[in-house]
Amino acid sequence: MNQTIKREDIEIKIKRQEGPNSPARWETFSLKYRPGMNVISCLMEIRKKPQTKEGMKTTPVCWEQNCLEEVCGACTMVINGRVRQSCTALVDKLEHPLRIEPMSKFPLVRDLVVNRSSMFESLKKVKAWVPVDGTYDLGPGPRMSPKEAQYRYELSKCMTCGCCLEACPQYNPQSAFIGPAAISQAVLFNAHPTGKRNASERTRSLMVSGGAQDCGNAQNCVQVCPQNIPLTQSIAEMNRDITKELFGFLKE
Amino acid sequence: MAEVSLKKKVIVVGGGLAGLMAVIKLAEAGYHVDLFSIVPVKRSHSACAQGGMNAAVNTKGEGDSPQIHFEETLYGGDYLANQALVKGMCEKAPHYIDMLDRMGVPFNRTPEGLLDFRRFGGTKFHRTAFSGATTGQQLLYALDEQVRRFEVEGKVRKFEGWEFLSTIMDDKQVCRGIVAMNLNNMEVQAFKSGAVILATGGCGLIYGRSTNSVACTGSAAGAVYQQGVHYANGEFIQVHPTAIPGKDKNRLMSESARGDGGRVWTYKNGERWYFLEEMYPDYGNLVPRDIATRAIFKVCREMNLGIDGEDQVYLDVSHLPHDFLMERLGGILHIYEKFVGEDPTKVPMKIFPSVHYSMGGIYIDQNHMTNVQGLLAAGECDYQYHGANRLGANSLLSCFYGGEVSAKTAGEYLSGLEGDVDAEVSKLAGQQVKKEQDANERLLTLRGKENPYVIWEEMADWMTKNVTVVRNNKDLEKTEQKLKELQERYKQVNVSDVSEWMNQPLQFTRQLGNMISIAQAIVKGALLRNESRGSHYKPEFPKRDDKNFLKTTLASYTPEGPVITYEEVDTSLVKPKERKY
Repeated sequence: MNQTIKREDIEIKIKRQEGPNSPARWETFSLKYRPGMNVISCLMEIRKKPQTKEGMKTTPVCWEQNCLEEVCGACTMVINGRVRQSCTALVDKLEHPLRIEPMSKFPLVRDLVVNRSSMFESLKKVKAWVPVDGTYDLGPGPRMSPKEAQYRYELSKCMTCGCCLEACPQYNPQSAFIGPAAISQAVLFNAHPTGKRNASERTRSLMVSGGAQDCGNAQNCVQVCPQNIPLTQSIAEMNRDITKELFGFLKE
Repeated sequence: MAEVSLKKKVIVVGGGLAGLMAVIKLAEAGYHVDLFSIVPVKRSHSACAQGGMNAAVNTKGEGDSPQIHFEETLYGGDYLANQALVKGMCEKAPHYIDMLDRMGVPFNRTPEGLLDFRRFGGTKFHRTAFSGATTGQQLLYALDEQVRRFEVEGKVRKFEGWEFLSTIMDDKQVCRGIVAMNLNNMEVQAFKSGAVILATGGCGLIYGRSTNSVACTGSAAGAVYQQGVHYANGEFIQVHPTAIPGKDKNRLMSESARGDGGRVWTYKNGERWYFLEEMYPDYGNLVPRDIATRAIFKVCREMNLGIDGEDQVYLDVSHLPHDFLMERLGGILHIYEKFVGEDPTKVPMKIFPSVHYSMGGIYIDQNHMTNVQGLLAAGECDYQYHGANRLGANSLLSCFYGGEVSAKTAGEYLSGLEGDVDAEVSKLAGQQVKKEQDANERLLTLRGKENPYVIWEEMADWMTKNVTVVRNNKDLEKTEQKLKELQERYKQVNVSDVSEWMNQPLQFTRQLGNMISIAQAIVKGALLRNESRGSHYKPEFPKRDDKNFLKTTLASYTPEGPVITYEEVDTSLVKPKERKY
């Protein structure tokens, strides 16, 4: 880490795959080093001249991107074995040659692009919204202390980027586990004075198989979350709510 | 969803704040909405807005009011904005803050638990509600969540990963739906609707590196412009004073850094020179963006006083308390640290102006309808509200108001539709799909020698050099010629991928063609506007010229290049005065 040696050329190995059913292959690219490069600017260079290190013509690499400042969550990849946003992956701070792969826990679309729609579906399952009456002029929202607002703000930064799911040993195509992101969102809305009113629905949606109790407490999620969201704390919070809900449920 | 009559159906293109606001208002009013977006809507560019959203609520006893907000917005925009819509927007602003508060946006709070407001440029009032320094992200998420709820209820269908290509228009130039391309399997399909609202954002990518997200190509605006929709005030491009230059993009350092006490300086004669405070003692670091940007250009380019002799000055928050900074500006300070590797709470940030926002855009009337019936526009892609220069924290506001007004107009328009609309449209749809399929086919089989990304880079370099802060007619003429050359070379493009599965170069090449057409409208508008107003500054014509140019520029597409005409600006509410900060 933290090597700032100037390089003549940088070498990048990229895992390529034409489509979901095509075989994967690795291609190596060689680029002229420029100060301040990140992984995205490398991919942008390659598409201007799509040619491998060996001089073979190839196609530009497909990848997802949008904001390039780590607030949109689009450009998640596995870089040198670690899942992260590629916009903040600075070439100067990475070991060389660079190894870039798509996330492995989601269906592959092409090259570095995967399909994360299951994450948005999970947000539907946990009802991740405040059920407002409408957008008409209904006056201000409930008062909240700066501390409560700050707590919710930290959870509300989740970009649905997928890093936590990629790193989670419990989350894989064979398991039903919903993963840390959606659980933390349920906690976020359960903590809102209006959202609280249907907290029980959210909590119950996570009491099923694949819910919060499938967490194996590996704590990888907090390690990789680019927004530093206290995901394990959220999961603990939800497990507490589930216990309470369970007692309430038994009373019924 | 069963087949819905076109009289009850609206298509919204773009899932940023303006698009989502329109979707919510339409769904609430009982319309069925199909929402199209290139990216999952939660990843839209609205997420990049940092500092906050204006609403004159006067909670700090300063005497602020929507009327003052309205007048300052006009003054900040050098009176080029039509006034009635701006007034409506400023009056509605406090309501939107309440609405977002109820939706659960984690706004920063006062000790009493009320919403806190910070200062922004072009005003002396605390008028800006905020969520740390990632307000846009938080507002976007709030609307995204509400739309997801409507999606579950079956009132909204989302088409994420689809690119808008063109509108379906009948022979009377009435819009009857859209043609879009699935970005996975590259299939081109028609989608019919009674009305279409474009909320497709800005066009910063025309300048290559800007503060904009990669999706902000202006391609949709370029496509409808070529179909006969006017493009208005294109020459008014906002260059934000404080950004971190980068290889892939420039990253914004929010105006809120100065609103919360940050200072801009450089060295002069070995001492710190707070040049904005000296040049503009009244507003200091919070002069509007066009003015701050010109000052930084003057310091770096004319006086050669940039830090280390380069194009950069300091934006300094290091004198402010650490906890205060983290709570209010943590979002952007982390961005700086991640990309530059220095801690801005300890050392001053090095910044330089960057292309940021387009005041100009698709021409719409006072109800957000374009000159094509049934086609509306809202958000950054339209041209209303901000005149010749946008005030900070007014963009989010204009998304909400524009989204609401366009949804209302679309509804009224649909109830006035007569005849069997559904039957008419099918044939037209087929023709437009064929046209777009042919365009794809042509690009894929060209095998020319021009790389689209190289053409883009050349356009961006020329636009950035000649059509940003300081503009000269000679350079604008040369840029006009250069764009013609690029347009010719575009005809010899090599897409470099012939795949029918997620062909991103094909997608980009299509966008590029539309970007060139908008660039031409920007340059032509700039060339013909021989005055200086807001962001448009010509040393050859240093004064504002109301007699000749208190007018909206209207560009109409022809294959030979844009034709420019002018329209009077509505100044019925506030009489223009000289703009002097």
